[in-house]
Amino acid sequence: MPYLLRRFIQSFILLFFLISFVFVVGRIIGDPALIMLGTSASETALDQLRENLGLNQPIWQQYLVFLSDLTQGDFGVSFRYGFSMMPSDALRSEGTPVLPIVLSRLPATFMLAGTSLVFAFSLAVVLGCLAAMHPRSWIDNLVNVISLASVSLVQFWLGLILIIIFSVHMGILPTGGFGTWQHLILPALTLAARPLGRISQVVRSAMLDELSKPYISAARAKGVPEWRVVFVHALKNASIPIVTITGDELSQLLTGAMLVETVFAWPGVGLLLIDSLGRRDLPMVQAGICVVAALVIFVNLAVDFAYTVLNPRIQMDNRGGRA
Amino acid sequence: MRAMQQSETQGAAPAPLLDVRDLRVTFDTPHGLVRAVGGVSWTLSPGETLGIIGESGSGKSVGLEAIMGLIKTPPGHVSGQVMFDRRDVLTMPERDRRQLRGEKIAMIFQDAMSALNPSLTVGTQIAEVYRLRRKCSHADAERKAIELMDRVKIPSAKTRIGNYPHEFSGGMCQRVMIATALALNPQILIADEPTTALDVTVQRQIMTLLAELQREDGMALVLITHDLGLVAETVDRAMVMYAGRLVESAPVSALFEVPSHPYTRGLIRSMPRIDGASGKLHAIGGTPPAAGRMPKGCAFHPRCEMRVERCGIERPNLRPVGKNRAAACHLAEEIPHV
Repeated sequence: MPYLLRRFIQSFILLFFLISFVFVVGRIIGDPALIMLGTSASETALDQLRENLGLNQPIWQQYLVFLSDLTQGDFGVSFRYGFSMMPSDALRSEGTPVLPIVLSRLPATFMLAGTSLVFAFSLAVVLGCLAAMHPRSWIDNLVNVISLASVSLVQFWLGLILIIIFSVHMGILPTGGFGTWQHLILPALTLAARPLGRISQVVRSAMLDELSKPYISAARAKGVPEWRVVFVHALKNASIPIVTITGDELSQLLTGAMLVETVFAWPGVGLLLIDSLGRRDLPMVQAGICVVAALVIFVNLAVDFAYTVLNPRIQMDNRGGRA
Repeated sequence: MRAMQQSETQGAAPAPLLDVRDLRVTFDTPHGLVRAVGGVSWTLSPGETLGIIGESGSGKSVGLEAIMGLIKTPPGHVSGQVMFDRRDVLTMPERDRRQLRGEKIAMIFQDAMSALNPSLTVGTQIAEVYRLRRKCSHADAERKAIELMDRVKIPSAKTRIGNYPHEFSGGMCQRVMIATALALNPQILIADEPTTALDVTVQRQIMTLLAELQREDGMALVLITHDLGLVAETVDRAMVMYAGRLVESAPVSALFEVPSHPYTRGLIRSMPRIDGASGKLHAIGGTPPAAGRMPKGCAFHPRCEMRVERCGIERPNLRPVGKNRAAACHLAEEIPHV
């Protein structure tokens, strides 16, 4: 079976287990009706909600209903979102479907994570290459300090410090919110710190490894300019570990965005999830987790696909041995 | 050494293409300064085939890498003069030097498989420098790559051009390397043990190919090897290196007939011979000195069968010992035939 098809099926199975896990966790943390209505709710209200949500049916039946709803993109309805009234009022209203709400928050999260990744990745590649070109020099030490510092900094703390410096003291950037490109800068920087540090470390070590290989000497010997030796010959071969760590960091970004979105009031999936947790909005939390999980799995699949493009030797499976 | 050069000029030799004078290469290591090449001088005439013989660690590859500018400095340090086209290669700006590489002097390596970039197609690698220097289109570069692959006799070049190095055998990889080196018609090709990693039959094919190409283009070939058989068959002149220094330089026939250095004699006697009387293989006792711990006097004297007291005190200089030959031994004239 072709490599990619195999990976696709594996990803699908993984997603299935993840969704099941979310369902089970949603049921074992307590009675969903009680969670949604709170401990002060009356017994009749609870019973009615259980009736409405099908919570009085056997668990396996609930699971099947949950799955069949999912296949139609139905993650359930929220009784909180868009309602400012008492929770018990929810029983009388039509709920809002949660999936469209989660999806409507995706672009903001993508914008934040994408900007952070592009910034972190390009800077990390340049820094890592520079460090590898001059091992044990001052520039190598500098890159080391930058990457260690940015990995070690706690995200929400870094976010707050940036707000204090750039918004409170200098007053040049907004403290939070969404709208202009100025709003994007601080959260993107905050979120970029960790991937910047980790990717640049991997770039450095992978490039050091590649630059000591014979084909590098051979490329220099035939008169290839040094920038091309580094950024074409070596970087292409160092790309496998770099892509791996970048994919990994992208998954981390999607989850890391939750904290950063909260600090900067950035209206993405992360902020929605945190808010929904606070509001005990179980369907919304389930949908949010499933969407983020599906994204993470998709990113990993994309990384695997990138391997086959970057490393011609992986395609051996499909092409059948040496020519 | 000067004397030897003079004796060569007297022999109406053509002006040298490459003139290496007192080349020294040292490395800063945690254990102190290590001398890899300790002052070697030699010349290369146009179209000549020069063999450089020596054990691993004798400085034969390092010296040539220094000429190519492939030694990282620091920790390396290169001194001396390497004259090419009336300019000192070692002091010219890096830009000019890179221009020289590939264009005038090309190099191929021991293990072609690992000397090729695993993630670029062979076509890209063969025509890479041609495309960059001649500023031609991708289509022209591809045509050039196919032409070069045909020249080095890679079958069905048109279809193989898009293949990656791992899809080629070792011998074919070495052909790809050679094609890469030929792209800009260099005047000098340095071949650093080009056949060591190959099967015997493939070795012969590669050497035949190199000889053919050399005949067609008239380029000079510097063959670095520890394979004496290869030297005997292919080169015009051979130089023997030991512990970072030249110990003997001679036309190849004379070298094999009457070596002027006990080390050369030992090497030749260690070759398995089909007419060997005893059936026993001769070996030079001991091991070469570590680069950091050179013995006083002649570097070879602890292993030398012929050493006299003087050998442990005074280092012999390379001196002329006959027509077109030089040796660094106090007893050069007294070395017995093999």
